[in-house]
Amino acid sequence: MAKKKASRQKKAETRVDFTPMVDMMMLLITFFMLCTSLSKPQSMQLTMPSNDKNVAEQDRGATKASQTITLYLAGNDAVYHVDGIPEYDNPACLKKTTWGADGLRDVLINHKTEEGYTPVKNIKASKALLDAERAKDKSMTDSVYNARLSKIKNGELETGKVPVLTIIIKAMDTASYKNLVDALDEMQICAIGKYVIDQVNDDDMRLLNAAGIK
Amino acid sequence: MGKVKIKKADVWIDMTPMSDVMVLLLTFFMLTSTFVKNEAVKVNTPGSVSEIKVPETEVLQILVDKEGKIFLGLDKPGYMKEMLENVQGQVTGLDLAPMQVKNFVALASFGMPVSEMSNVLKHEASDINELQKKMGIPTDSINGGMSEFQIWVDAARNSSFGSDMKIAIKADAATPYKVVKKMMSELQDMSENRYYLITSLKKEGE
Repeated sequence: MAKKKASRQKKAETRVDFTPMVDMMMLLITFFMLCTSLSKPQSMQLTMPSNDKNVAEQDRGATKASQTITLYLAGNDAVYHVDGIPEYDNPACLKKTTWGADGLRDVLINHKTEEGYTPVKNIKASKALLDAERAKDKSMTDSVYNARLSKIKNGELETGKVPVLTIIIKAMDTASYKNLVDALDEMQICAIGKYVIDQVNDDDMRLLNAAGIK
Repeated sequence: MGKVKIKKADVWIDMTPMSDVMVLLLTFFMLTSTFVKNEAVKVNTPGSVSEIKVPETEVLQILVDKEGKIFLGLDKPGYMKEMLENVQGQVTGLDLAPMQVKNFVALASFGMPVSEMSNVLKHEASDINELQKKMGIPTDSINGGMSEFQIWVDAARNSSFGSDMKIAIKADAATPYKVVKKMMSELQDMSENRYYLITSLKKEGE
């Protein structure tokens, strides 16, 4: 018994005490966990039209009225939409909706053009197909995906060319930055390629005032 | 008695697997993480489904807090000095002592009117953030010309930092659109039309 014990003790001596090292590791890990940010923030790309007046005028009036929706972002997270060209003397053309899936997204998806076509629904379906294909086929590169996505957004589906919606986003001064980002987000979700952030002009102001929107 | 002694020898716990894991974790954190920048203001970015990452280099970050105060930051501190010198070339009466320049260069983001700069930069580095929190860069046009904000952006663009400068806007969700509009329109006047809006990730259903 005594002999056995002695040999055991000798074996134990070859062990190195790791506790201080582990302590230090713990400290370092805590330090890194607290002082660093793991994920890089997300971002969305936004291209604003140039302030150059001459350029802006040329691009206007290019789309059909039934393919246009104007969004008015107002204070207190309110959002209104006008289908087609706003009738500036008729406040009833402003329709109130809400943010999120049941409100604005629903409006965009179910918007019918004069031909009775729902562009967003079809484009979104094509995008879903593309996404599914990408999930299956890992070899699809980002550039291929983006090229196809922008084709879809332009209305060039495999079944042929379809009309696309044009969204004009007009944010009032009382709206918050979050409203703007939410609106841009809906454009992304609904795969709308043509949208523009425009200033609220005097005509819009007249319409909004008539409807009592702040 | 003898049994108890044997048990005592067993108390030694083998730390090797634990330290193995620790080393792995440490390496992981060291390699994947970037240090949190000490930004002048805390900004709650709105959520979006967009998954585009913010570019890593040559980014001019514009911070807008919820009251609409504007701060600027460069991702490479080395260029702060060059930008400051550019601004000093354009604005008269901005003479800073070497100590003040050093304080300025060390800032992760800055936002103060030019008239207050020498006053604020006199303080300790830790106090500067507290002071400039209440200031921000003015966007009012000076005598119908460029605003201070535009002068700074222009200075960043004209430094060796700005050959391929990208603009990232990090604004608080509660910022009034009025401020953002004003700022964007000033940028548009300088023909800077492409921005990255920094957002946090959100699921599509929300």
